[in-house]
Order: sequence, then C-alpha cells, then structure tokens
Amino acid sequence: MVSFLRFFINGISLGSVYAIIALGYTMVYGIAKMLNFAHGDVIMVGAYVSFCAMQYLQLPPALSVLCAMVVCTVLGVIIEGLAYRPLRQAASLAVLITAIGVSYFLQNMALLIWSSNPKVYPSVFSVGAIRLFDGELLITSETLLTIFANIVIMIALTLFTGRTKVGKAMRAVSEDKGAAELMGINVNRTISLTFAIGSALAAIAGVLLCSAYPTLQPTTGSMPGIKAFTAAVFGGIGSIPGAMIGGLLLGVIEILGKAYVSTELGDALVFAVLIIVLLFKPSGLLGKPVHEKV
Amino acid sequence: MSLLKVDDIHVYYGNIHAIKGISFEVNEGEIVTLIGANGAGKSTTLNTVAGLLKPRSGSVTFDGRNMLGVPASKVVSLGMALCPEGRRVFQQMTVRENLEMGGYTRPNTEIEPSLEDVFKRFPRLKEREKQVAGTLSGGEQQMLAMGRALMSKPKLLMLDEPSMGLAPILVEQIFDIISELHQAGTTILLVEQNAQMALSIADRAYVLGTGRISMSGPAQEILADDRVRAAYLGG
Repeated sequence: MVSFLRFFINGISLGSVYAIIALGYTMVYGIAKMLNFAHGDVIMVGAYVSFCAMQYLQLPPALSVLCAMVVCTVLGVIIEGLAYRPLRQAASLAVLITAIGVSYFLQNMALLIWSSNPKVYPSVFSVGAIRLFDGELLITSETLLTIFANIVIMIALTLFTGRTKVGKAMRAVSEDKGAAELMGINVNRTISLTFAIGSALAAIAGVLLCSAYPTLQPTTGSMPGIKAFTAAVFGGIGSIPGAMIGGLLLGVIEILGKAYVSTELGDALVFAVLIIVLLFKPSGLLGKPVHEKV
Repeated sequence: MSLLKVDDIHVYYGNIHAIKGISFEVNEGEIVTLIGANGAGKSTTLNTVAGLLKPRSGSVTFDGRNMLGVPASKVVSLGMALCPEGRRVFQQMTVRENLEMGGYTRPNTEIEPSLEDVFKRFPRLKEREKQVAGTLSGGEQQMLAMGRALMSKPKLLMLDEPSMGLAPILVEQIFDIISELHQAGTTILLVEQNAQMALSIADRAYVLGTGRISMSGPAQEILADDRVRAAYLGG
C-alpha cells in the first residue's frame, strides 16, 4: 500500500511536469493551429541555461530559473517570428516540417555549445523531505514543488484566459482569427505572446524535470516533449484543463505501468492508453468535437 | 461630405479578378446599400473596405484618410466596424465576453457604459449575458454580432447580410433595429441579398453585377426600376 502511494505520488509529480509542457503545446496549437515540435527542445535549453547560471555564475536557484525563463521566452518569440510567421499562409505540412527542423537546430546548437557529455544537474531545492509512515514514504521537496508549481500555473492561466482582456483576446484569436482582427486584436502579437508564455513554461518544466531526473544532455527534451504532446492530445488538444488532466494521467499511468507491469513496456503502455482513448473519443478527453462551418 | 469613398478598386483572389473597378461613396448619416446576386462581389467589397483584403489598385478613403495599407486590426479604432457575413460571433465565449471583444480598442472605463447601451438596444442579450454564444439562436447571434460591432462606437457600421438564414419575422426585427441605429445617427453601409428589404430602408443603393456596379441611385428609384425588379425582386 505504501509503495503504491509512493508510485502514485511520483506519477503525479512526473505528470505535473508533462502537464506544464503540454500547456505550451496546447496553447500554441489552440491559437496558431500548429504543432510546435521544437517545444521539447526549448525545455532542454531552459534546463541548460539554469544549469549554467547555477554552476558557472553561482546564481541562487530562484534567480537561475528566472534566467532560464527569460532566455526561453525570447527564444520562443524569435523562433515564432523567424521560422513560423513567414509560413502563416503556407500548408500545415510545411509548418510541421519547419518545426521538426527547428527542433534539430536547437539540439545541434546545444551539442555545439555544451557537447554531448551528459551534465549532472545540481539539486535545486534542498529543503528536505517529508517522511510519512515511519519514514517508509518519502516525499522529496522536488516532488512537492513540482506539484505545487503545476497547481499555481494552472490557476494563473485559467485566471489569465478567463478574466484579463489580453487573455480573452487570445481565446478570440483561437476561435476565429478574421473576426478577432475585425475587433482590433493584433493577431500576430497575440501569437507571439502565446509562444512567449509557452516557452517560459517550458523553462520551468526543464528545471523541474532535471531536478527529478538529473541527467542533462542535448536530447533531454525530446522524449518528455513527445510524451507531453501525447498528454495534450490525450486531454484534448487546444484545451488548457485538458492538458493538465492529460499530463497527470500520463505520468501516473507511466509510473504505475513501469512499477507493476513492466519497466520496459511503461512507455508503450502510455501510448496504448492514448490509442484506446482516441478510439472512443477522437477529440481527446476534454476536446471539443470539431465542426466545420458551412 | 462623404465619410467613405471607394474609388475604382480592383480585387483579385489569386488570378481571379473578383472586383473589376468599383467606385461608390457613403455620406455621413446615410444608409447605403449594395445589392446584387450571389457572387457579385458584395462581401469582397466590404472585406476590402475593412482591410481584410488588399485591392490591387484603386483607393479607399475613410474620414479623409487613405485606408490602403492600414491593417484590419487598426481599422476599427479609426471608426469603422464590420459585422461580418455569417455573424462569426465567438461561439465558445459568453455574450458579455463577445461584446467586450467588440470594445477591445477602447479604454476600459468606456466599456461598461457601452455595454449598457447595447443591452438597452438588445434586451435579449442582457438576458443571455452569461450564456455561451454558441447556444444562442440565429437571430440572437445576429443581434450579438451587431451589438459587438456597436461596442466600438463606429462612425460607419458595415453590415454584411444581416438577414441571412433568419425567419421572416426576425428579418423584420433586424431591419427595424438597423433603422433605429440610423435614426440615432450611425452611418450604415448595408450589403444584402434581400434587396426588397434593403431598398425599403436605404437612402441610396448600388447594384452590383459580376464585379462591377451596374446601376446606382436613390433607393426608391432603384426599387421602382423594372430591370431591378425583374432581376432581384421577382418581377
């Protein structure tokens, strides 16, 4: 029972990281209607930047995270402006291939700057841990912080898109760009802002991910990126609460699958569940069925 | 004086020459209507005026200002609002949020009074304030689209097929509202397939053939013209 609880909490923690990454995927998809496959690599850049800030500049962890967020935000806006914006009217396949290209570009830049040798990510938050059941159940501060960060981000984003003028404008753009433009909303700027938010979240996810799994190399972001994309589809791509639920479920399924079914098949199990969900609900758990306008 | 002046615009969709030199003007305080069959280029003309499409040549002058090169997102703050064909309300947003988007370019302090004005004109929208727009009926969505356009306090309100897909009783209601708006001082450019209705409330009219203006004049004269009667009014 205690071990189940331990696995479950680990699952929630990993799922929280997936959820934060998935938010980036889902927001960009919701607004720009494109899959930004370079999103996972922005996570990796965020992790490297925070690593360098702590290791070489001796900055305190909180400040390092902030550095990573700033760098990733700028990176996200530049990627959108240089790579995706010129393709706004192009076929979606061209955009998709460009996104894959950007992904490889970022990985190779990281390879050039930081080499392929894995770096050991330092423990960011060494505040101690909570012990329950006579010390049998250990919840690390990283785990708690990850879950906490996820909750805070979720609430903040919900308030932002539901209450603020800019957030509402974002929803308007995601529904109908032409009509949004008629309202006086600058669509390009709104898309930039979405990339900025998604990339800042990716930086946070990078730090949290590497705090839990401290091996950092140029490919660090790709697998979590793909899993988070899966989580976004699972929850219903375009939906913010969907990304949250999809991420958490994916994390729990992955950890429990590895623990109780097979370590090797853990990832396969994740995708098997995705396929089953999509068979019964093609738009994902919280996704809205797409209806074409006549 | 003319609030809107469109001079010899040519608009293309790729290689298709959709608008072949259209000129017209709308004076302050008028209701002007563009009528014509499907595919004549009515909506294309409105979308060009609103900045959504760029003409290959010709000019659009609004309120003494050359509008060419002004992006669509800037047009509304200059005092021109388009209520687009098919309404295009934000289906997943509430009635109130839709209206707030209509006032996007205006200072926050002016939103609340404008909302009150719109609710006064469309009491139905007040009742549905917190409802998601996608759940409204067609007539209510048309009211919402018009209310949303009014939120920017436009000098010129452009309406693209406001009667489309509505029951006759609702069409009449919508046209009553258009007349009321006109009496309250709003200049209106109305595009309609329902020529009879449009001509009955308009001051002047332009008849569009394929990409060209085939006739223009006071609405009553157009309404009485035999050729128009034969082509658009069913004899």
